[in-house]
Amino acid sequence: MQRVAIVRFPGSNCDHDSLKAAHDAGLDSYYVWHRETDLKQADAVVIPGGFSYGDYLRSGAIARFSPVMSSVQQFALKGGPVLGICNGFQILCEASLLPGALMRNAGLAFLSRPVDVRIERTDTPFTSRYHVGQVIRLPVASGDGRFTAAKETLAELESEHRVVLRYVNAGAIDAEPNPNGSSREIAGICNPARNVVGIMPHPERAADLRTGSTAGADFLRSLAAPAAASAA
Amino acid sequence: MKFRVHVRVLPRAGLLDPQGQAVEHALAALKFGGISNVHIGKAIEFEVNADSADRAQAEVKRMCEQLLANPVTEDFSIAVEG
Repeated sequence: MQRVAIVRFPGSNCDHDSLKAAHDAGLDSYYVWHRETDLKQADAVVIPGGFSYGDYLRSGAIARFSPVMSSVQQFALKGGPVLGICNGFQILCEASLLPGALMRNAGLAFLSRPVDVRIERTDTPFTSRYHVGQVIRLPVASGDGRFTAAKETLAELESEHRVVLRYVNAGAIDAEPNPNGSSREIAGICNPARNVVGIMPHPERAADLRTGSTAGADFLRSLAAPAAASAA
Repeated sequence: MKFRVHVRVLPRAGLLDPQGQAVEHALAALKFGGISNVHIGKAIEFEVNADSADRAQAEVKRMCEQLLANPVTEDFSIAVEG
């Protein structure tokens, strides 16, 4: 059974959901406190959502300097799969494991609502069980969700096919399809090696029918049992 | 020597600053006229020991680049008082 480390910071609040979603996907999931540096033979790392260090200074800015992050950095550089969800995405950007930054939502409001996102790439460790172009509904819960990057970085993300998730208007939600003003409707990206993925929506909150949906369950199931490689 | 440091961090010009816009609208609602280009950032103040003001300035610049400002989205300025 694959081992998944769920990293916890002071202020993480999606750690339980992530642990459970990973467990339900058939993974051996366990917590690693941010003061620790031993990832305990992890096969993958999840950095869950929340408000690490109260979002002081900037979302993810302080968490990036936690001792555990140097281990995550080494793990990622060796090709280990790392998924950052929401605040986890912000932390990965601050740590320069992913490019760009997440800025204050264009509409100012903290948004806690469902969004429709299109799976753009299935050649990452977390999306292989979806298919390209598939639209799924996931919750977002963020105040700083507006992905921003330099023009050249955005062009590079597109040309290297590193946009993994994009907000779309699937017609069913009576609200702006792009909830936060994100550049190019980007909801998730990966690094050039494709093993580090950051996404704003919360698949772990849509991984159990008792909470209304299992649309996000395949993120962690992809890790447990990757689908056969497809063209994309 | 001890220097008093004032760091100003502002969203990079040209990037959407929804907080600045909201405050601009609020000022207009209060009938303050002629207001434009409102931007909201952070002021960070601290004291630092250094051999000279130049050294202090260089040290604080490194702090800004590594932590106090986000190089993707923010610009900073530094004032050092002797």
